[in-house]
Amino acid sequence: MTKRNAFLILIFFCLVGAILYSCQSAGKIEQDMYYTNGRDIYIKNCQNCHGANGEGLADLAPPLTDTIYLKAQKSNLVCFINKGMEGTLIINKKQYEGKMPAFPELADIDLAQLIVYVTNTFGNNQGMYKTSQVFEDRKNCK
Amino acid sequence: MKYFFQSAAIFTALLLTLFSSCKNERTLPIYGPRETVSVKDKNGDLQVDTVYQTIPSFKFLNQDSVYITNKTFDGKIYIADFFFTSCSSICPIMHRNMKTIYEQYKDNPNISFLSHSIDYKYDKPAVLKKYAKKLGVYGDKWQFAYGSKEDIYKIAEQSYLTAVIEDPSQKEIYVHQGWLVLIDKQKRMRGAYDGTNPKAIEQLLKDIPVLLSETKND
Repeated sequence: MTKRNAFLILIFFCLVGAILYSCQSAGKIEQDMYYTNGRDIYIKNCQNCHGANGEGLADLAPPLTDTIYLKAQKSNLVCFINKGMEGTLIINKKQYEGKMPAFPELADIDLAQLIVYVTNTFGNNQGMYKTSQVFEDRKNCK
Repeated sequence: MKYFFQSAAIFTALLLTLFSSCKNERTLPIYGPRETVSVKDKNGDLQVDTVYQTIPSFKFLNQDSVYITNKTFDGKIYIADFFFTSCSSICPIMHRNMKTIYEQYKDNPNISFLSHSIDYKYDKPAVLKKYAKKLGVYGDKWQFAYGSKEDIYKIAEQSYLTAVIEDPSQKEIYVHQGWLVLIDKQKRMRGAYDGTNPKAIEQLLKDIPVLLSETKND
């Protein structure tokens, strides 16, 4: 009888484990959806200059692999993409100067998806970035 | 025994055909309109010769504010294209690919690169110089040409068969095709490759050695 009980207990824990695991991934599923859509937006708008692997283009376009920079600037990314950028940057300890064109045609949801993609690929792993956050961060654009 | 020499002869003939067919090297087509002319050879007999379209003489300023002409490319094959420095659509891809080819042939004096800017308002030599530096291009192997709208647009469409348009209704104002045009030592057009298509770039990388070895024999 103890053998049967042990077996039942094992099944019970497996079930609980499965339930917990699927609960955890509810948020992850949303992030994955953002990520996949963001990838398409990246290919269409960004890849020309920043490269298929986020490697940049010589000294013309900086790479997107500097996780520390991306993390520090995360609340400014919306403005960078939406309004364009100009001036000098230090990325991966290397100086870049020039101009990035603005992408005013991207909607809040597009920007959120794009930011989720960029900040979770090319060696970055920074988690979810919600559409509502785009609305907040946009208020601080210069 | 009677047929031995016969069969040996046939066998040798077969072998010879096989080997000679192996020697048949691939050649690149010659593009553009052509016409035939009658010329007298050294014995005074009339012969028919074909005249191919060639790149006409030109004179542009390069990134060092030095004039470059068609003579700059004498004795070389070269790859030509049309772009502008503030372009963020196809130019970065074209030049990403061209840079790879440039790096591969960096030490080969028989090949050059020529990028014409179609942004005649902004891309002055100083801007082109800055762009070249940022792309990691130094020296005169890769020329960046600045010229009047008339000259650049005319040579693009009539000689390099690349469409270029100035269209203020577009986001980036200038619209152009992304051909990388391969020109031989006689300044004839021998190929055009979509500079944004990895397969076309692969083909270009296969065709460059063919053209280099061809012109070596001339």
